[in-house]
Amino acid sequence: MQYAVNEKGFYGDFGGAFIPEMLFPNVEELRQKYLQISSTKEFKKEFDDLLKHYVGRPTPLYFAKKLSEKYKTQIYLKREDLNHTGAHKVNNTIGQILLAERMGKKRIIAETGAGQHGVATATVCALKGLQCIVYMGEVDIARQAPNVARMKMLGAEVRPATSGSKTLKDATNEAIRDWIGNPEDTFYIIGSVVGPHPYPDMVARFQAVISEEIKKQLQEQIGRDYPDYLLACVGGGSNAAGTFYHYLDDQRVQLFMAEAAGHGIDTDKSAATSVLGTEGIIHGSRTLLMQTEDGQIVEPHSISAGLDYPGIGPLHAHLIKTGRARSFPVTDRESLDASFMLSRTEGIIPALESAHALTILEKYDFGKEDIVVLNLSGRGDKDLDTFMKYMDDYAK
Amino acid sequence: MQSKFEELFHSGDKLLSIYMTAGFPNLNDTVPILKALEANGVDFVEIGMPYSDPLADGTTIQQSSQKAISNGMNLNTLFAQIKEARKEVSMPFVYMGYLNQLMQYGLEKFCKACIDAGIDSLIIPDLPMDVYEEEHKAIFDDYNLGMSFLISPQSGEARIKEADRLSHPFLYQVSSNAITGAKSGISKAQLDYFGRIESMGLKKPKMIGFGISSKETFEQACRRANGAIIGSAFIKAISQEGSIESKVEEFIKSIRS
Repeated sequence: MQYAVNEKGFYGDFGGAFIPEMLFPNVEELRQKYLQISSTKEFKKEFDDLLKHYVGRPTPLYFAKKLSEKYKTQIYLKREDLNHTGAHKVNNTIGQILLAERMGKKRIIAETGAGQHGVATATVCALKGLQCIVYMGEVDIARQAPNVARMKMLGAEVRPATSGSKTLKDATNEAIRDWIGNPEDTFYIIGSVVGPHPYPDMVARFQAVISEEIKKQLQEQIGRDYPDYLLACVGGGSNAAGTFYHYLDDQRVQLFMAEAAGHGIDTDKSAATSVLGTEGIIHGSRTLLMQTEDGQIVEPHSISAGLDYPGIGPLHAHLIKTGRARSFPVTDRESLDASFMLSRTEGIIPALESAHALTILEKYDFGKEDIVVLNLSGRGDKDLDTFMKYMDDYAK
Repeated sequence: MQSKFEELFHSGDKLLSIYMTAGFPNLNDTVPILKALEANGVDFVEIGMPYSDPLADGTTIQQSSQKAISNGMNLNTLFAQIKEARKEVSMPFVYMGYLNQLMQYGLEKFCKACIDAGIDSLIIPDLPMDVYEEEHKAIFDDYNLGMSFLISPQSGEARIKEADRLSHPFLYQVSSNAITGAKSGISKAQLDYFGRIESMGLKKPKMIGFGISSKETFEQACRRANGAIIGSAFIKAISQEGSIESKVEEFIKSIRS
């Protein structure tokens, strides 16, 4: 596995655990236990059972006929939007809650941007009867009201992060500070392939079910188990990590990532980390991040709260640096165009995050026979307020 | 430069160190604060380079950092201010900042600037000991810049010994499982922890920090270490109305009178 994490938690130059000492025992305990626990038969059985009967997996791999005709290529949508709670995020929270349970933790904390990971965490906490506290930026609380309500409905406490840009990075800072103060009873469920080792690897493994299913489903549907292209959006990068996981070393498959360019990569309102970022440390991981000349982390912008993050996971930084994956910056407006396009072409309302990946169909000239698998990572219900604001621009 | 530290730690006195956020409350307050701290008998100072995402810090230091960044503080300005202060201030200066800022500035360039400005040693809370030893120690050693590592109540014995081995000129003992400024008062469990560390017979001097905010907590910490570091309480004091000189004098007197 050329792209697997090494024993020190690095993907090439990226990864590791750059954390204050107060956090070290927590992270070390997790590092020692995550593989040991998650590789037991008993763990796997409960994980698989919950994914099947509770989450509703496998999610369909849907051949999008009209979309394929429109773009003159063969497009398959991996329907992660059909998961319980509406996105791929729940694959990971199921895995981590089972770990937390087996490590004897009683109190769960999480950070959330769009609220999808917060909802997915609140859901599994309700399922397991564990206390749940979700940190969410004040700005995101305002723009993702339906998900805030869902978390509360599920019994979670939503704590606003009021520092910095009041978005995902600040919610993550607050969750890390909470964990420093509560090292014994608390498990921190990170929602993406970011943070100190072992989080990027652990979250990627729990999301790897996506590419595991793609392999099986392609074999059944087209008689070969790999596509020519895999497309996914990247904020921190968890749905892309899951989509790419079993194909990382398969050079027949090209890996395309859509990043949030916000108002554009030549403006100061963007979140396209692989284009605008430089090497540094964010949330305990050496990776690419958007920062000033003085090494202050900048406040990103995207219409999509789930992509509004100034870093990317260390695996993705490594894939970009080695040329294994290619990144496409996508503006707010392009993602809106794609949201309305998919809704009206296939009758599927995508999350704004996932819509970023759809725009690659506009940006790249795929061959007529090419097999293109796109991870439709979430559904757009949570973004309806935003869509309504632009409805007049897309009058039929 | 290390001899100043050696003198302090050999004196047997209980040392008072103050953490200040550089460029707070105003950009050009750094030099007057340093002068006032020395004039009031503070033994050495931790000069905090403000950072946008200080993971180990509580609300008080976060907010002072945000203010200092918006005041325009950056590394070049800080080095110039420290150089200016060095003309009149002789106590040791410890630079405290996060690793990302060093990486972006360039490690070698950073070390040169530290020596040129008159910084004696460093605290980088998110620099892991193994990465320090394998990748960076040789460069810091070339410039004779020591590094203090943190230990916490959760740190295991082997790890504490590792921090003791690598730290120079002192070991930074975090008083509790908390970010800076989080607690008031020192609990029985904390006193037990101070005693446990003291009985380990570590080689390096120990300074206790985090949650030290008053004469009482300062004295409790000093019983089990070479001294203590006060940060958030000082930042709060310096945020009040009044001249730098009077605020610093009043605060230091409240700790050591």
